Amino acid sequence: MQSREVPNLKTDTAILVMKDLCKTYHLGSVGLRVLKDVNLTIHSGEYVAIMGPSGSGKSTLLNMIGCLDRPTAGEYLLGGQSVAVLEDDQLSLIRGARIGFVFQSFNLVSQLNVVENIEIPMYYQGFSEQASARRARELATLVGLADRLNHRPTELSGGQQQRVAIARAMANDPLIILADEPTGNLDSASGADILAILDRLHGEGKTLIVVTHDESIAAKAQRIIRLFDGRIAKEEFNGR
Amino acid sequence: MMVFRLKQIFKLGVKSLWMHRLRSTLTALGIVFGVASVIAMLAIGEGASRDAQEKIAQLGSRNIIIKTVAPPEDRSGLGRQQMMKEYGLTYDDAERFQNGIPDVQVIVPNRRLSQQVFYRNRRVSVEVIGTVPWYPDISPVRARFGRFLSITDMQYKQSVCVVEEGLVKDLFGFDDPMGQDIKIGGDYYRVVGIATEQARSQTAGGPEDKDPTGAKKTGGANMGGIYVPLTTVKNHFGEVSTQTGPATGSAMERVELQEIVVQVRSIDRVLGTRQSVQTLLALSHKKNDYEIIVPLELMRRARDVQRIFTMVLGSIAAISLLVGGIGIMNIMMATVSERTREIGIRRALGARKRDIIIQFLSETLLLTLFGGIVGIIVGSAIPFGVSYFGHMRTLITPGSLILAFGISSAVGVIFGLYPAYRAANMDPIESLRHE
Repeated sequence: MQSREVPNLKTDTAILVMKDLCKTYHLGSVGLRVLKDVNLTIHSGEYVAIMGPSGSGKSTLLNMIGCLDRPTAGEYLLGGQSVAVLEDDQLSLIRGARIGFVFQSFNLVSQLNVVENIEIPMYYQGFSEQASARRARELATLVGLADRLNHRPTELSGGQQQRVAIARAMANDPLIILADEPTGNLDSASGADILAILDRLHGEGKTLIVVTHDESIAAKAQRIIRLFDGRIAKEEFNGR
Repeated sequence: MMVFRLKQIFKLGVKSLWMHRLRSTLTALGIVFGVASVIAMLAIGEGASRDAQEKIAQLGSRNIIIKTVAPPEDRSGLGRQQMMKEYGLTYDDAERFQNGIPDVQVIVPNRRLSQQVFYRNRRVSVEVIGTVPWYPDISPVRARFGRFLSITDMQYKQSVCVVEEGLVKDLFGFDDPMGQDIKIGGDYYRVVGIATEQARSQTAGGPEDKDPTGAKKTGGANMGGIYVPLTTVKNHFGEVSTQTGPATGSAMERVELQEIVVQVRSIDRVLGTRQSVQTLLALSHKKNDYEIIVPLELMRRARDVQRIFTMVLGSIAAISLLVGGIGIMNIMMATVSERTREIGIRRALGARKRDIIIQFLSETLLLTLFGGIVGIIVGSAIPFGVSYFGHMRTLITPGSLILAFGISSAVGVIFGLYPAYRAANMDPIESLRHE
């Protein structure tokens, strides 16, 4: 087994830099340009909201930031490291160690209970069983699920599931938390809970990038990036 | 670190197999039956072969057995007109072997007669074997009580006999046979010894339907033997007998010896000596009234037959394992596509391709190893059933267990690789979107 050494990422200044980044999908002979010359810099500890109508390239940009996808052209530096040159295995390790995903549909593994779900990212970073179990329980307690440790996702409410997902995203103490419509599937009360937790994480110094349709959520961010047709149409600073 | 990883991988595999208990069990059944049939078939084959080999080995691997056979009838029907048919091995033959073949160690000429033996009011059909005192040299027969025939017995044509163990109960009931007189033909014989039983050939003969120990097939399954000095037999019974057969009607025959056993000095001289025997016999016998049986050859032939037998059985079992393997692959493909989303989640959370491969491969392996272990248990039980109900000898060799276990894990790896590879190479973005 190769080393699980995560490529070293610098966090002092800009945690994320995109220069003239393009992404083209090839559907047969037709090239579909989803992202066009995106230039974006996000600093450590920032709270950024990405907005835009569907088809504007939000998801692609999110996948790009989350190292699930590689740019076709241009440059993407994550902590000073160019993502385009990284091997698939290294991308996996970066995703696991440096990025925490929170999805709209929670994406918990239904066969595993709360603790086991939170353990997944630690498992792939080579944590020992005891260490990861201990940390998973701590995190679950932190998001208020101390009494649900052995429940399966199907036995939890939507809000509780999303809290598990956030705990899981926190497992490896990532640099960036990427949330894709985190409240999209939730009622307003649990949505507010989730936003409060995300706020708290930001307060602890996490870089938070949220994709949303909801202006009220975006209003909580320090910066709103509006995408339109694969380009950054507008950047707004909330100046909090 | 590897150790606890393995433990975690194992736990994960067991967990997801446990989720689908019925499906996992049904899938593993294919391997169970494959492995069980490999073990059972090898055990039955091995048992049969061991049985044949042992029976042949009892004939002695250094022995060459020459037997009298009735020559083919003359076409003209002259055989019917002859008053007396004379054929078969003679004392002269034995003499010639003794003098003319360099590697001979022992020569044992035998008469074999079917007779009724009487003791008090009991009557048993036996085979009377007129033989020489050194008969034990060429066979596993030993005196268990008393003694075997002696030189003196032979020289003075004593009316003594050695009874085979198996006959004792039938003939003597609860009496002590030693020193008793029994009546064979018109004469009384004193019992001087009890001999161990020799494997009779009703079921033996190995792969061939021959009759290498020379017992008469017409004698029935439980016919025991009584050993009498050859000289005594010659004296009391003569060499002429009346044969009644369906084709010939009643005919007189004169046969000196039913059998001559030649023991060769060493095993590598057996085949050469066989040639010499054949040449000598061809000179003195015009009719084809003998046959030569070489246990060593039989043994080798039995081994060859066994090899083919094992190969055929093995291939059949291997095919069932192959089918089981395909079944497993099929299920794993279904599992992979069913868990596409889980794979996407795991990839997003840091799983490398090889982590996914290991996860699915270990599931397949667990399934086949589980199937393999159950298969070994079932496969080891089948031979016992076969032995018990089928009265066949079976033998489970450690080699066959290792083979079956090895095959089942190989099946797991081979048929697990492709589904695992498919799983690992799915696009994480697509998989996350999969519903």
